[in-house]
Amino acid sequence: MSATPVLALRGISKRFGAVQALTDVELEIHSGEVVALVGDNGAGKSTLVKTIAGVHPIDEGVIEWEGRPVTINRPHDAQGLGIATVYQDLALCDNLDVVQNLFLGREIRRVGVLNEVEMEKRSRELLNTLSIRIPSVRIPIASLSGGQRQTVAIARSLIGDPKVVILDEPTAALGVEQTAQVLDLVERLRERGLAVILISHNMVDVMAVADRVAVLRLGRNNGDFSTKTTTQEEIISAITGATDNAVTRRKARTAEADK
Amino acid sequence: MSNSDLTKPPVSDEVAEEPAVAAPPPAADAIVAVDPRLLIREQGLAGYLTEFKRRIHSGDLGSMPVIVALILIWGIFQGLNSTFLSANNLSTIAFNVVGTGMIAVGIVFVLLLGEIDLSVSYVSGLAGAVFAVLSVYHGFPEPLALVLGILTGAAIGALQGFFFAKVGVPAFVVTLAGFLAWNGAMLWVLGKNGTINLKANGLLYNLYNYTFTDVAYAYGLAVVAVLVYLGSSLWQASRRRQAGVPFRPLTDIVVKTVLLAVVSFAAAAVLNQADGLPLCLLLFLVVVIGLDLVLRRTTYGRQIFAVGGGIEAARRAGINVAWIRISVFMLAGTMAAIGGMFLAGQVNSAQSTQGGGNTLMNAIAAAVIGGTSLFGGRGKTWSALLGALVIVSIQQGMYILNLNTAIQYMITGAVLLAAVVVDSVSRRTQKASGRA
Repeated sequence: MSATPVLALRGISKRFGAVQALTDVELEIHSGEVVALVGDNGAGKSTLVKTIAGVHPIDEGVIEWEGRPVTINRPHDAQGLGIATVYQDLALCDNLDVVQNLFLGREIRRVGVLNEVEMEKRSRELLNTLSIRIPSVRIPIASLSGGQRQTVAIARSLIGDPKVVILDEPTAALGVEQTAQVLDLVERLRERGLAVILISHNMVDVMAVADRVAVLRLGRNNGDFSTKTTTQEEIISAITGATDNAVTRRKARTAEADK
Repeated sequence: MSNSDLTKPPVSDEVAEEPAVAAPPPAADAIVAVDPRLLIREQGLAGYLTEFKRRIHSGDLGSMPVIVALILIWGIFQGLNSTFLSANNLSTIAFNVVGTGMIAVGIVFVLLLGEIDLSVSYVSGLAGAVFAVLSVYHGFPEPLALVLGILTGAAIGALQGFFFAKVGVPAFVVTLAGFLAWNGAMLWVLGKNGTINLKANGLLYNLYNYTFTDVAYAYGLAVVAVLVYLGSSLWQASRRRQAGVPFRPLTDIVVKTVLLAVVSFAAAAVLNQADGLPLCLLLFLVVVIGLDLVLRRTTYGRQIFAVGGGIEAARRAGINVAWIRISVFMLAGTMAAIGGMFLAGQVNSAQSTQGGGNTLMNAIAAAVIGGTSLFGGRGKTWSALLGALVIVSIQQGMYILNLNTAIQYMITGAVLLAAVVVDSVSRRTQKASGRA
């Protein structure tokens, strides 16, 4: 893990009219690290991700890219830096095949004509290095399962060689086996040295693949945990804001007394 | 604490095991079992048939239904009147295909977006009228009048495309308004007489009627077509083999080349037995093949399919959706105008009835009968040729049987319905077998 974070948010604030969506949010992501961004509905996860992706420019604070401050005002800026976002609705074309979808908008051409051979070759290489299992790269997206589509959407975000990949609820609509496939893929992204921001509601998934968990509550940081040293309960308490109440204090006291 | 102990180990176990146990076989699998179709195809001709059956079962019919329909129609008419399959009659069909077919090519592009253009019939009429007025009344040179007539179609397409893509009016309504407005514009341009006769032996007359009478032309074209097809197929296959991606097996290439050779040499022989290779048919084939290459081999074509398959996905991929829509409507307008020139050449005049009747229905029906989906995202320019062949064959068959137009309309309507049913059912089957 490098010393300088590839992406760092310092004191980010964002308002929508009278609503203070984000207040002084801090977040650091290093290369080769999976950071889970968790929080209750309305905690500001999506807003935070959208500020990084350039959908909503920030009001206050600094975004640092590899140590130097940058401004991200448009999705194009974020893509230019090397930030790829996979949104929940995958935005794949059902009638196009896997290769065509992977390279949509970034087609490889040879003397003005689509170079299908090169695109197919690169698609197969990419899918193989990610160990993505798909019957054929030449079948339409419509014939793939939900999990396979999600893996294609994630693979597609890698075509532009990003350094940070943001995954918005990648396992939300998937079954057990498909979720496992996507989580495997997240680990492979980490092995490739990418920084991954993973938004998820599923604590089991988060504990399984994330290195760190950043909790947002009501638009503010509410804890940054290492998954190795934290329990699921602690994180859930941070999400719900139940970290400090009568129950937890009593528990702590009985734990001390037991010792 | 105990809770997370229970949940954590199985999960990390699964994650640790998955790549170690499950991942290598699929990776190896992905290289060997590259493409399910390839495995089947490599068994030679028998495998080819298996593959064919598999595709039919999964609803991937392609041009099959229209070819079957064409054979049926030709068989029935031949049974009723033995002159139907005579060289002269087939040659007439070849001439008549061109006008409707040219308009239908533009319709194919609009249908690929999942939209419709109802104005093409009167755009074709208006373009013919513009040509007639400019060349006959105002003394413009005919080539210039031709270009200006075609540009009229392009400009109309751009205007309609603008209202659809930028203002957000449904294409159905915009082009329905166009259907009325361009009819009016055509009548206004033609003036009081309503009919303008073109110069005898003028440009449009020759564009439509000129034939290469030397037998060498038709046969030469057939030879060129077969050689180009064979050469490009072999070249593609060898490029793909070198790149290590699945390639078409030799049996497939040979079978298709032989089929193409049979069809093109039969067509050449028939045309030569009549008057020879019509110029208009040659131009039509050039347009169909050229636009087919645009659709399948260029970024622009890929973007059209992407917009037809999912607007949001296309937009996120950075495709300028509004430009694609406007340009496709421009293309439809241009093709309608070109078709209008051939329709005017057919009667060597611009008439107030041009573009009326069932010109519009024939063009749309040709695209749909030929296998282009009404639901967007699936189709090819060849459907314009095949569909126009079906429609013109019915017309011509009725004509030589001396049946009145009432029956002809009913039969054409039934064929169109059948085509849409095939489209809908095959789409459903494809969905059921996960291919749509």
